[in-house]
Amino acid sequence: MHRTKFRWHIVIFLTPAALVYTAVMIFPLFNTLRLSFYNEVGQERLFVGLENFRTLFLDPIWSTQFWNALANNFRFFIIHMLVQNPIGVLLAAILSHPRLRCAALYRSAIFIPTILSFVIVGFAWKLILSPLWGIAPNMLDAIGLKSLFEPWLGKEAYALTTLALISVWQFVGIPMMLIYAALLTIPEEILEAAEIDGITGSSAFWKIRLPLILPALGIISILTFVGNFNAFDLIYVTQGALAGPDFSTDILGTFLYRTFFGFQLQLGDTYMGSAIAGAMFAIILLGVCVYLFGIQSRMRRYQL
Amino acid sequence: MKIHTRQWILAGLAITVSQVASAQTTLTIESWRNDDIGLWQEKIIPAFESEHPDIKVNFAPMAPTEYNAALNSKLDAGSAGDIITCRPFDASLALYEAGYLSDLSDMDAMDGFSDVAKSAWQTDDGSVTFCVPMASVIHGFIYNKDAFEEVGVEVPTTEEEFFAALQKFKENGNYIPMAMGTNDQWEAATMGYNNIGPNYWKGETGRRALIDGKQKLTDEVWVAPYATLAKWEPYLGDGYEAQTYPDSQNLFTLGRAAIYPAGSWEISGFNELADFEMGAFKPPVRQAGDTCFISDHTDIGIGMNAASENPEAAKTFLAWVGSPEFASIFGNALPGFFPLSDTPVELEDPLAKEIVGWREQCESTIRSTYQILSRGTPNLENETWGASVAAIKGTETPEELGAKLQEGLNSWYTPEN
Repeated sequence: MHRTKFRWHIVIFLTPAALVYTAVMIFPLFNTLRLSFYNEVGQERLFVGLENFRTLFLDPIWSTQFWNALANNFRFFIIHMLVQNPIGVLLAAILSHPRLRCAALYRSAIFIPTILSFVIVGFAWKLILSPLWGIAPNMLDAIGLKSLFEPWLGKEAYALTTLALISVWQFVGIPMMLIYAALLTIPEEILEAAEIDGITGSSAFWKIRLPLILPALGIISILTFVGNFNAFDLIYVTQGALAGPDFSTDILGTFLYRTFFGFQLQLGDTYMGSAIAGAMFAIILLGVCVYLFGIQSRMRRYQL
Repeated sequence: MKIHTRQWILAGLAITVSQVASAQTTLTIESWRNDDIGLWQEKIIPAFESEHPDIKVNFAPMAPTEYNAALNSKLDAGSAGDIITCRPFDASLALYEAGYLSDLSDMDAMDGFSDVAKSAWQTDDGSVTFCVPMASVIHGFIYNKDAFEEVGVEVPTTEEEFFAALQKFKENGNYIPMAMGTNDQWEAATMGYNNIGPNYWKGETGRRALIDGKQKLTDEVWVAPYATLAKWEPYLGDGYEAQTYPDSQNLFTLGRAAIYPAGSWEISGFNELADFEMGAFKPPVRQAGDTCFISDHTDIGIGMNAASENPEAAKTFLAWVGSPEFASIFGNALPGFFPLSDTPVELEDPLAKEIVGWREQCESTIRSTYQILSRGTPNLENETWGASVAAIKGTETPEELGAKLQEGLNSWYTPEN
């Protein structure tokens, strides 16, 4: 019998990446989860079990903030799903049209905001929308719609939607690219065969292309979900850590930041902060699981 | 631009040379005053270094809103600088209790400060002082003298006159009556509520009574300032809801607004930007003849990182910060940050002189939420930001706000007696 030699080179090649990943991702993740079961009493760290989570979910002071942040986060996510992804699909469909000129130019132009820093995007939009110096009021004025202008970022009713749309503007390039790539993989023969059967134009899109890009849409949804529930930067840059006005733009990320690191006179609370981080982790994990087991495994795939 | 390049090259050379010499200790200062970086590098540090050639000082500031969080993380990680600029009250007290700040009680320089000045950086029983008091800021209103003349408005001293003046500017229409926005929230609380409030709660009397539990935030003197803030709303600019703090500063310095609810720290920046004459008036009193109260808030102290590798050099620097020489350089380099040392400092800036003169005419107090009352969750200071904004926008009534704040405070704070 000839036993296969243990392939050491695999271990050697994997080790550096595994070590680095463990040190900067896995260890901090589990340490944060561990910290959420502790609290400081006096100057000592004590194990308190689920006490922090009980405070977070049941104490009125914490739970109103938590549920508010979670609800805002869902709104943020739903706006992305309703606006970003359909526009992404639409743009990809237009871009993949064979007779479109300068497709490469549009593709780059739409994708460029994605590679910009949040800070730039946040400040640029804050300036654009500024009621004092912004160009938005002037532009609306030029077409006689000045009355429609509102200081959107400063009003409880509009601020979160405005921020979500800014984020959509920034990231619409990603679903566009992924779907564009998926559309390009659809073989011409299938479309031709459909054409012979009399399916053309928009019905070709709905009946042939869309089912074939569904897996890509699934991936995009889950990326949006994870991205939105980890979002923080844009809100922090435009509205600050208090996520004003009156916490109407507070999402889990800003809530976590404020609690963990403190803000102004509020001192940082590592343990409650970790509890919030734990809750965020659980929410994201749950969402991903629902997708993986509930949706992806049932999705019909077509061999192209 | 050319001069700049040359300066950088020289600076680079200087660094290289000093590294070759290498007998020097370098002190790094953590601070939130990134606006002052020029003054530190051009005036304060050279003055110190010329006296102490063996110590190099590096001023490393960051954004004010990030400071507390970033400093705490740096101290935890052991990467913070030798010298720590101290926020007043609990933020620094917590750092001392956690062992991050050194006890400075026995420094000679401490004798040059009054107990009130030191109170912001002492343990509750006053036995240990852990930061050298540096400066306080005074609240009031800065106004555009040209605008006042043009529209023919007298400088107001009572609330009635104050609103009459605002009304006159509104009717005239050339100026936004008052430059303040609610986007950043703290303006409404700091330049609004805690600016006008001391006249209502009688300064220290009310502030102490609140800490002792003899007054409640639902009492008239604590609720009424919110009602007054609500009356400001019609006089703020269009879209004030999304107006940020820099927006307000720009509106005023560009000459588009008549009155700016201010902290004295604005003076040096405004002097540079505004090309009109500015004046200042203290928070208007409720009735003519009332004693006036001002918020003279102990704002900056400076302490030593207990883990500093250069404790001797750090103490030398702190002793110098406590000296009258520093007070004079600092007070004049940064008009609007008023030195706290007992030795009076002659200020040159007319606006700063006017404001610091209020100390003689009125009773001083500090911001109501800073001592003890912002220790728990919910944090009273942060809640006051939201409440002041809500008052101005009119989303909640002053009574509701008072009740909400008191309820939050009750949830964790029980007065000692």
